[in-house]
Amino acid sequence: MTAYSLDHVTMAFGGRRRKVTALESLTLHIGEHERWGIVGESGSGKTSLLKILAGLIRPTSGVVHFLGRDLDHANREAMASLRASVQMVFQDPRSSLNPRMRISEIISEPLRSPLLKGRVDVPTNPETRVSEVLDAVGLPPDAATRFPHEFSGGQRQRIALARALAPRPRILLADEPVSSLDVSVRAHVLNLLNSLVDSMGLTLIMVTHDLAVVRHTCDHVGVLQQGILVESGKVLEVMNHPKQEYTQELLNAVPRIKESG
Amino acid sequence: MSLLDVKDLSVSFGRHRTRVLDHACLSLEPGQRLGFVGASGSGKTVLASAIMGLLPENAHVEGSIVFQGQELTALTDRVFSAIRGRNLSMVFQEPMTALDPTMKVGRQAAELIGLHRETSTMATRQRVEQIFDRVGLDHASRIADAYPHELSGGQRQRVVIAMALMNNPAMVICDEPTTALDATVQAKVLSLLDEELAGVNAACLFISHDLGLVSRICTDVAVIHAGKIVERGSAAQVFMNPQHPYTAGLVATASIDAVEPGTRLPVIEDFFDPRQEQ
Ligand SMILES: Nc1ncnc2c1ncn2[C@@H]1O[C@H](COP(=O)(O)OP(=O)(O)OP(=O)(O)O)[C@@H](O)[C@H]1O
Ligand SMILES: Nc1ncnc2c1ncn2[C@@H]1O[C@H](COP(=O)(O)OP(=O)(O)OP(=O)(O)O)[C@@H](O)[C@H]1O
Ligand SMILES: [Mg+2]
Ligand SMILES: [Mg+2]
Repeated sequence: MTAYSLDHVTMAFGGRRRKVTALESLTLHIGEHERWGIVGESGSGKTSLLKILAGLIRPTSGVVHFLGRDLDHANREAMASLRASVQMVFQDPRSSLNPRMRISEIISEPLRSPLLKGRVDVPTNPETRVSEVLDAVGLPPDAATRFPHEFSGGQRQRIALARALAPRPRILLADEPVSSLDVSVRAHVLNLLNSLVDSMGLTLIMVTHDLAVVRHTCDHVGVLQQGILVESGKVLEVMNHPKQEYTQELLNAVPRIKESG
Repeated sequence: MSLLDVKDLSVSFGRHRTRVLDHACLSLEPGQRLGFVGASGSGKTVLASAIMGLLPENAHVEGSIVFQGQELTALTDRVFSAIRGRNLSMVFQEPMTALDPTMKVGRQAAELIGLHRETSTMATRQRVEQIFDRVGLDHASRIADAYPHELSGGQRQRVVIAMALMNNPAMVICDEPTTALDATVQAKVLSLLDEELAGVNAACLFISHDLGLVSRICTDVAVIHAGKIVERGSAAQVFMNPQHPYTAGLVATASIDAVEPGTRLPVIEDFFDPRQEQ
């Protein structure tokens, strides 16, 4: 089944005077159990796309289908099914974690959602689940009793990921989930995501600026440029034979350790 | 005399008093660029915040930080805020730390100039748009008129970089300054940073987990592990011939290109057992 199907989706912000078209007539189909990497320059519409997929904003025009249902905000059944099976990790962990809540509450919050009632695969014991996911992202058990400001940037990013993984979502939307992680922790997290995809059939849609991450973790890639999806398809095909100059530019600009001086 | 001299700096938090920074020593000459690398949670941002005088109140600080001949740890908030943003500025890891969500970003940048110099509003606005433009923000005037939440992650990050460079500081601390930028914009922002730093001979403490980036911007590198600085040297020396096993692991795990897609990525523990360290 297709997880998402987008048909000519346009997203514009602002009034008539200062209109910004974040996405323009975007058509895209994402199958279940696929791993998509969304890449593109800053301001090209990646976060806007993810927010649409999460049902957080509604497109100015165009149609989004989620698991076959029209994702109109008036369609309460479709919205409920979306909320029950999709989790999102936001780009800026600082503003997405409630500063007054302890980590254990932050992570177990999605587990308490009434929308998850009746889903058999949802973990029943919040305490156990909190320590499980903390461990999975490489944080110590005593992190549970602390507050967000007591952590480093990369630690906060992992807390946000742990929260999203807690209810065992079918679909994970992640906005730069490993951008501020050092290579070693990043490797842990990517290994974890890969194993979840393999063992639970997770569908992953990940925004990243790091093409090496896409190549390693994703099977599909979409390239956005100024709100337009200029390229999409299987990762190896796109990366080995980029049709767009911009994709080629992206591939060339990846920094490597200089060999000398 | 060095521009910055950090001696035996230790920081701990709250009741438990576990040291997250342990007798750190570091010095920077004018114009020097030092890359600062280490794992997530190793103490990089804590060191940067200590230099900036921005640690939370429950932080316990020992040791000394001398900047331009002045001991910073003893300064009152008022004296410190005159230095901050002028002689010494910082690009924060999470841009929202530095931005006021209720104020348009152009106005925030303008206030920063106004704070430290007498300039007219017209000239100020011009300077703001000019520098926004230089960090690769198209439509500088739209950006200036936007609130932080109306900007994308990378736009916010560049606004913060622009603000840090605004007053030609003697030293800039960059904490993961380009994490949310794609490679093409990153290249642009880095060359701007390069130019601006060179133009006024400003020093830079460049915190990043990306060794490729560090080797491009910095001449020297310091490596921090669990609150202790374990290695320091020229970038070439440290990356090509790492002395500490932690650094060797860091270099070995740096390029994920070398790994077969979809297979397990090497982690630092494959190279270095942290428990073997005292
Ligand atoms: N709420 C909003 N109001 C006005 N403009 C907005 C709003 N949200 C986003 N935009 C604009 O839409 C464009 C796309 O933004 P988006 O956040 O989707 O970019 P992005 O691809 O995620 O970029 P980045 O990599 O920098 O995070 C940008 O030009 C941004 O300024
Ligand atoms: N206010 C605080 N209270 C208690 N502990 C703190 C506080 N701030 C930081 N820490 C702890 O200090 C350690 C160092 O944090 P720091 O933010 O310096 O890490 P970092 O090297 O910048 O990591 P990252 O790359 O993830 O940003 C971490 O273990 C963190 O949990
Ligand atoms: Mg974004
Ligand atoms: Mg940090």
